[in-house]
Amino acid sequence: MLTKLDLSGQLSYITGGSRGIGRACMETLAEAGSDIAFCSTTDQLRLDDVATEIEQKYSVACLGIQCDVREPEQVKLAYKRVNKRFGRLDVLVNNAGVMQTALLAMTSFESMREMMDINVNGALLNLQLASRLMARKQRGSIINISSIVGRVGSEGQVAYAASKAAILGATASAAKELAPMGIRVNAIAPGFIDTDLLMGFDAEAKKSVLKTIKMSRIGQPQDVANAALFLASDLSSYVTGEIIGVDGGMLV
Amino acid sequence: MEFDENKLRAVFAEALGIPEADVVPTLEYNTIPQWDSLAHMRLIAEIEDAFDIMIDSDDLIDMSSFAISIDIVRKYVDEA
Repeated sequence: MLTKLDLSGQLSYITGGSRGIGRACMETLAEAGSDIAFCSTTDQLRLDDVATEIEQKYSVACLGIQCDVREPEQVKLAYKRVNKRFGRLDVLVNNAGVMQTALLAMTSFESMREMMDINVNGALLNLQLASRLMARKQRGSIINISSIVGRVGSEGQVAYAASKAAILGATASAAKELAPMGIRVNAIAPGFIDTDLLMGFDAEAKKSVLKTIKMSRIGQPQDVANAALFLASDLSSYVTGEIIGVDGGMLV
Repeated sequence: MEFDENKLRAVFAEALGIPEADVVPTLEYNTIPQWDSLAHMRLIAEIEDAFDIMIDSDDLIDMSSFAISIDIVRKYVDEA
C-alpha cells in the first residue's frame, strides 16, 4: 500500500510554492520522492535558495521559477522551463492565490479584479498548460486549491468566495473533459488554516471562527498537504472531480 | 531538429487512427469523425512530444488542417 504513495520519478509543479500551503505541499510531495518545480513571485535568488534546501533535504531535483500567474507570458515560459528541465509533468498543485477581505460595499473593483486575475485566470491558465503537458503521457493529477468559502460563503469575502467557487466549477468541468486523457482533476477546500492569509484576522475573529470548527483547532498547512499527497498518488487513482474539505469538520 | 513533413504525417496518422495516405494537405479538422476536438488535443500532445516543442494556444486553435499544421509546426521547430 505504501508504494502507492511513492512519487519517485515523477514531477510535481506547485504554484505559489514558497510559503504556507504551497510550501507544505512542496515538502510533502518531495518527501514522497517527487522531483519538484515551483513558482512564486518571490525574487529568483530566494527561490534558488529554497530549491537547494529542498534538494538537500529530500534528495530530489527542485527548480524554483519566478512567475506571476497574472502574466500569461510568464506562465507559458514557466511551463517551457519545466518541460525543458524535466520533460514531464505528473502533478500540479494549483495553489497560487490571494485573499482580500472587505464588506461587499467596501470592496474596490481593483481588489475584485486582482483576486479574479490571480485566483481564477491564473489558475485556469495553469490548469490549461499543465493538462497539455500531462496529455503527452496520458496521465496526471491536478489539485486545485479552493476554499471552504467557495462552498458556503463568508461575510466580508464576497469576491474571494466568488473566485474560489469558480475553481470548483473549473474542477468539475476539467475532470469531465480530461478523464479520457488519464488526467484526474480534484479540488481541496481548506477551512481555517494557519497561514499568512490569516494575518488579517484579529484574536477575537479567530476565536469566533474556532467555535465553528468541530475539531476545535486551527488547521495547519500540513493538513492540506496530506490531502494533496493522497490526490497526487495512486491511492486516489479512481478519484476525479471531487472536492475534499480539509476543515476540521466546519461543514459537519 | 529539422522539420520533417513525413514525420508530422506519421504523427497525424497515429493520433487520428487513419492511414498515412489519408493525411493530405486538404485534410481539415472536424471533416472526418476521427478528427474531433478530443482527438485534436491528443494530436497536439503527440506533435509536441514528437518534435519536442510547446505550441501556444492561439496556434493550437489555428491548426485546422494538415497544410496549416505543417507551417505552424515548422515555425516552432525552426525556432527551437
